[in-house]
Amino acid sequence: MTYLSEKLKEEKVFKDPVHRYVHVRDRVIWDLIGTKEFQRLRRIKQLGTTFLTFHGAEHSRFNHSLGVYEIVRRIIDDVFSSREEWYWAPRDRLLALCAALLHDLGHGPFSHSFEKVFHFDHETYTQKIILGDTEVHAVLRKVDADFPKDVAEVIAKTHNNQLIISLISSQIDADRMDYLQRDAFYTGVSYGHFDMDRIMRVMRPMEDQVVFKKSGMHAVEDYIMSRYQMYWQVYFHPVTRSAEVILNKILLRAQNLYEQGYRFKHEPKHFYSLFAGEPTLEDYLTLDESIVLYYFHVWQEEDDPILRDLCSRFLNRHLFKYVEFEPSAQEYVKYQELGELFRKIGIDPDYYLVIDSSSDLPYDFYRPGEEGERLPILLLMPDGDLRELSRESEIVDAISGKRRTDHKLYYPLDLLEDEKNDPQTVKKIKELLYRR
Amino acid sequence: MNWMLREHAKVLQAIRLAGAISGRKKLQKMIYIAKQLSFPFDEKFQFHFYGPYSEELTVRVEELVNMGFLEETKIKKGGYVQYRYNLTEEGEGFLNMLHLENPPQLEACLQDMNNRSSRFLELVSTILFFQDLGKEEIIHKINTVKAKQKYTAEEIEEAFQYIDALKKQIF
Repeated sequence: MTYLSEKLKEEKVFKDPVHRYVHVRDRVIWDLIGTKEFQRLRRIKQLGTTFLTFHGAEHSRFNHSLGVYEIVRRIIDDVFSSREEWYWAPRDRLLALCAALLHDLGHGPFSHSFEKVFHFDHETYTQKIILGDTEVHAVLRKVDADFPKDVAEVIAKTHNNQLIISLISSQIDADRMDYLQRDAFYTGVSYGHFDMDRIMRVMRPMEDQVVFKKSGMHAVEDYIMSRYQMYWQVYFHPVTRSAEVILNKILLRAQNLYEQGYRFKHEPKHFYSLFAGEPTLEDYLTLDESIVLYYFHVWQEEDDPILRDLCSRFLNRHLFKYVEFEPSAQEYVKYQELGELFRKIGIDPDYYLVIDSSSDLPYDFYRPGEEGERLPILLLMPDGDLRELSRESEIVDAISGKRRTDHKLYYPLDLLEDEKNDPQTVKKIKELLYRR
Repeated sequence: MNWMLREHAKVLQAIRLAGAISGRKKLQKMIYIAKQLSFPFDEKFQFHFYGPYSEELTVRVEELVNMGFLEETKIKKGGYVQYRYNLTEEGEGFLNMLHLENPPQLEACLQDMNNRSSRFLELVSTILFFQDLGKEEIIHKINTVKAKQKYTAEEIEEAFQYIDALKKQIF
């Protein structure tokens, strides 16, 4: 028996609150889960700073990765195995399972903030971990010499097997189906629920992508709507964004201080390679959320008042307040004016007056001649034709291609209201902030 | 300046330097190629259906339109719609207020790219996306991930030469 098809003597199961059980029978999957790079995902929260708004949201990327794997496994083993013509070769099956399991491997601590401030993306590190000198690579390589590269290409969406890519990354994929349900479960919100079993039952594999039997359209509609609700109720929650704004500014302040030659009381050794440019894979893998939070703790004792204050705000949930901000030339002038007034009372607007934007497109379909970057969701009609979802569903048509963007201006109300500040300046600031 | 608006300004400046740009795909590919040529654009790109694509750039352009700095005009072209982007007076005024420095050669590169078809720029950007691979492997990649575009060997060779020419112009 080859490593590719080697099965465990007994099936292993992980108890999971979303899928009840995650089943592992393949030796390769079991070995991947045991690698240190995959275990590291236990120390990276799936929803970053959301736990400061929804206290239950402490789940990790480890849980989510297992969930995505389980959904893909069920689609291939339970749904696609029911007909001979949908047969998957063992190597393709394993490729899909490995890509599902490892798709988030390169995420670092508080990914969104780190990537924004230090200008890198986690996808690059996913590739480096899979292709570099790592335990994950060693496991994948045992399948065959090309296997790590194939897994990396599926995750990067550059592999020639578009069907596998669409299972893991498309407008209705295993990644989204897991995170919507999982995030709903852990945050405790009543959105994010849809009939995944029904969706899986109506999936049909085509050459380039998975399509859905028309009879399952309402389940797909429900999925699209739950995604829409989750984005605006959970992912773009203004309080979570306030915490993220502060986190960004902590990282930016630490980097600026480092570049100015500031002598930290607690040397940020783990950050040096990030400050200096591209961190090595080894450095990157060492940095998890426990390390980052350790620095935030000790930086509360630093001499720099901005770093000290921002870290204390983050750890003690002493967040910024916000007002709506509609980007326009007029608002931009107001923003500049506010910055000047902040400076006048000794508050640095670069750290304490922040515009944050969130934007999502709930569902988009391919329009010939446009930048149709997203593969459409296709329905398989009873006569065998394929129809794009929004042409059949009025609900989806109503939200197709409509981007919703929300901008907010964040500021520290408590600092503004410090009694040492000139009351006239504070009055002017408040007038500008609250004027609609 | 707030970092968010600085990145908006850079995109706006690119459109001003290029002149009007017709087609969202073309705009995406021009910024990606410019970024690959080391011009300082901050948008994150991933590989999508039409090659490298940045959601951030899409959002920024929409915001620039909402702010009144960019004008988006729908042009009917045969069976489909294309979007054309021009700076408005307000957009010009905003950029004049900022006095952004232009990296040398950015204007020439953008104008040159703007004269090419979006199909060709899609090919160029795809080659740049795979630039860490060897030439033969890149060609193989194009013929598999871009099979539907049916690029000819001449087109692919022309795209390689175009990249060399752009690099020579800059470095």
